[in-house]
Amino acid sequence: MIAHDFSVLLPEILLSLFAMGALLVGVYTGKDRLAPMLVWVTSGVLVLLAFWVGVSGPANQTAFGGLFIDDAFARFAKVMILISAAVVLLMSQGYMERRGILRFEYPLLVALAVVGMMVMVSSGNLMTLYMGLELQSLALYVVASLRRDSIKSTEAGLKYFVLGALSSGLLLYGASLTYGFAGTTSFTGIIQAAQGETPLGLLFGLVFISSGLAFKVSAAPFHMWTPDVYEGAPTPVTAFFATAPKVAAMGLFARVVHDAFGGVTGDWQQIVAALSLASMFLGAVAAIGQNDIKRLMAYSSINHMGFALMGLAAGTAFGVEAMLVYMAIYVTMNIGTFAFILSMEKNGQPVVSIAALSNFSRVEPTKALAMLVLMFSMAGVPPLVGFFGKYYVLTAAVDAGLGWLAVLGVIASAIAAYYYLRIVYLMYFGEETDGLDGGTHPVLWGVLVVSALIMVVGVVNLFGVDGAAAVAAQTLVD
Amino acid sequence: MDSLISIVVFIPLLAAVILALFLRGDDEAANRNAKWLALLATAASFVLSLLILAQFEPGAGFQMVEEYEWIGGLTYKVGVDGISVLFVMLTTFLMPLVILSAWEVKTRVKEYMIAFLVLETLMLGVFVALDLILFYLFFEGGLIPMFLIIGIWGGTNRIYAAFKFFLYTFLGSVLMLVAMLGMYVDAGTTDIPALLAHEFSYGTVSLAGVQVVGGLQTLLWLAFFASFAVKMPMWPVHTWLPDAHVQAPTAGSVVLAAILLKLGGYGFIRFSLPMFPVASEMLSPMVLWLSAIAIVYTSLVALAQQDMKKLIAYSSVAHMGYVTAGIFSANQQGLDGAIFQMISHGFISGGLFLCVGVIYDRMHTRDIDAYGGLVNRMPAYALIFMLFTMANVGLPGTSGFVGEFLTLMGMFQANTWVALVATSGVILSAAYGLWLYRRVVMGDLIKESLRSIKDLTPREKWVFAPLAVMTILLGVYPSLVTDIVGPSVAGLLDTYETALDEAGLMTGNAVAEAAH
Repeated sequence: MIAHDFSVLLPEILLSLFAMGALLVGVYTGKDRLAPMLVWVTSGVLVLLAFWVGVSGPANQTAFGGLFIDDAFARFAKVMILISAAVVLLMSQGYMERRGILRFEYPLLVALAVVGMMVMVSSGNLMTLYMGLELQSLALYVVASLRRDSIKSTEAGLKYFVLGALSSGLLLYGASLTYGFAGTTSFTGIIQAAQGETPLGLLFGLVFISSGLAFKVSAAPFHMWTPDVYEGAPTPVTAFFATAPKVAAMGLFARVVHDAFGGVTGDWQQIVAALSLASMFLGAVAAIGQNDIKRLMAYSSINHMGFALMGLAAGTAFGVEAMLVYMAIYVTMNIGTFAFILSMEKNGQPVVSIAALSNFSRVEPTKALAMLVLMFSMAGVPPLVGFFGKYYVLTAAVDAGLGWLAVLGVIASAIAAYYYLRIVYLMYFGEETDGLDGGTHPVLWGVLVVSALIMVVGVVNLFGVDGAAAVAAQTLVD
Repeated sequence: MDSLISIVVFIPLLAAVILALFLRGDDEAANRNAKWLALLATAASFVLSLLILAQFEPGAGFQMVEEYEWIGGLTYKVGVDGISVLFVMLTTFLMPLVILSAWEVKTRVKEYMIAFLVLETLMLGVFVALDLILFYLFFEGGLIPMFLIIGIWGGTNRIYAAFKFFLYTFLGSVLMLVAMLGMYVDAGTTDIPALLAHEFSYGTVSLAGVQVVGGLQTLLWLAFFASFAVKMPMWPVHTWLPDAHVQAPTAGSVVLAAILLKLGGYGFIRFSLPMFPVASEMLSPMVLWLSAIAIVYTSLVALAQQDMKKLIAYSSVAHMGYVTAGIFSANQQGLDGAIFQMISHGFISGGLFLCVGVIYDRMHTRDIDAYGGLVNRMPAYALIFMLFTMANVGLPGTSGFVGEFLTLMGMFQANTWVALVATSGVILSAAYGLWLYRRVVMGDLIKESLRSIKDLTPREKWVFAPLAVMTILLGVYPSLVTDIVGPSVAGLLDTYETALDEAGLMTGNAVAEAAH
């Protein structure tokens, strides 16, 4: 059976081997000279794996006695993680190279973080869960402080590390309580123990695990690290933080609450709904005063996580489907937006001030138009695809009797619309040009335009993502 | 043609895409091409919409229905009935004129035309959508081009106005979205004809300790009301309108007053009244009184305005008061009158805003005090301005009279006191309308700056002519509208009253009849 177990894990194993092999190559040869090539190769490997995971054989198998689950849900999340990581890597290359921070470790750390994420969404046991989470987190701590000579970047890395350690502590404490009261760490065992009248200790375990996970998805009130880390980390790294790890953490969250605590839906539903509500409002209100576009995006992502959690809070298969669709749309929008942010430069230096966008539509009409589409889509204005994400989660919430959450959610989205509009307003209604450079790295330009096009063309059928998400959600929630 | 409606709706969008993708450059030739293509597309859409009208059979329910599967269990379903077909016609009729009126725009012509073309598709979509979510999509989507139109091409305080417009209407609409999801969960469909037949529960429910009489119907009604009342706009949520109007460019004002304001009224007739009859009947006194207040209050506010556009904007709010009151009178005259008033207001307010646009283009001020005695230099203009002012006042023989008269008749049957208050608005509208006309057009031409002002150009005459014709035609031959609208309204009222009978409620009209 060992051979079968390994074959289930093959994508993860291959990716780890690739990362280690490339590390050796990097160490023994000319180090950073190889970095650009490694970025492309890593990216290619990630895309190939995404393709493989997406189309290969039947899903729904477990390995190592249930430690590792390979089902349609895990595959859906993995494809999202792999593709978004690959695209973000490509976007990073030009930016980092020009700033002299493109080290050959960067693509490899990203690859290792991706391995961690893939393990996270496949975990069938509290042990695998923790291993995946830590593998991801450790890699992320390092990339956050990639710019060693910058105080902000090192501060971001340290902050992320300290708070990440705290959240891991909470999570571990919850896991130990759960183990103590359920007598097992496997999800299949926990779900049997957590039925009907749940022991109080198990509930405490649930609360602590949820808190730890809420840190990872940066849901309020566990969001404090997000703006600082987003601001301090080099922008390509921020783009990475805002995409793949969020998908992994949301996937893990869904996995835990449904696979391990599926019998006590009522108990965790309130927790998730409260997290969702707090995140939506905090993300909407706190972003209004931001002048740094990276901090703004941090609050925006908190707001979006609130909406994704709303789908999860529904506690139904449709809720999970809605969450997956929302995450897919969120990731696409965010990649496009970060492609735009990465291209914001003045005299070759990166600019993050929103005010610099003044009258940008005169400088670069196409880019400004693409950004306009993305911003309206983020605000959830129909008929753009961003609206459909909100439509799905709101339907799921109303369907599950969470009408109040849906009402408060749309109010939050109306507040959040303000700061997205502000960017549009600066680009289009501004009086004078601030002298942002025109001309864009072709990769960034392509990513930006494609992502904006997806927001428009996706209205026709969402590229079938909803169907795949429905299948994925079915395997998670029986 | 099976997909005639879709073709009419999407021609403008297609033209917008062509403009966006293939038209390069910012020179004179490119601008001219953009304008001609936009005019051509809107005209084509109008001509084809005449075919819709020709095929239309009054009283035969939803017609020319198209239905396709779409994402996430949604359907793309469009069609027209007696209530919506005239709004489609109004939109397609006005849009070529709007494009023509924007002929002299100098900045970003291509983008301007694209914004208006996209806007036309979205507005037409609202009127023909027969699926709840599709309706919402078009309804909300219109905010994007309108936000840009006000914000980019507007007046000095355009940014404030654009944000106010967007956030006001967005907040109203998202609440409606939740109500729509609630309806979907309750009825299991988003199909509008099916929802019209569905009965939403009206048993009293307790919500967070508060007893909600009328239950689900009341909650849904209120959520829809939040959206439509802002769009309408009704007093006291009308404050975005004067700002948006004043700052929008002329063509934007015309679209806003003539078409966008009708979305709210259309929504009331399509959703609130037939889908939530019990709640409508219970809450109609509130709407009637809000409308009466709107008519009197905004008329008084209009009297005090120094800015011509603001004056007309307040007058629009007052005229929309007749519409809401007519709708919630819930009788044949009231509803016929409300729809008639909306159509007629489309022509009249469009004409008035264009009148302001004509002198604004020449003098670059909308201040009433800056004008006076224009009749001496601009006789043709004085004539056309008088026609629309009189129509706005509600002079018999113009379409404004028919709308006001029918709605007041409806109101009188539903609530005499409201009708009494609302009728005083007729006098007030004469006061501000005539006073505006006297100050701008009559008297001696003493202002130095006006000495060289030019009369209407042929292009401007071509824009005004169709509007003037329609205003008078509908005024002397209102059956053009009521023959189409009447049967649909009668059917709507039938189901409305049956639903109330079942609920054991008597309509105000039935009470009045019983008393006789």
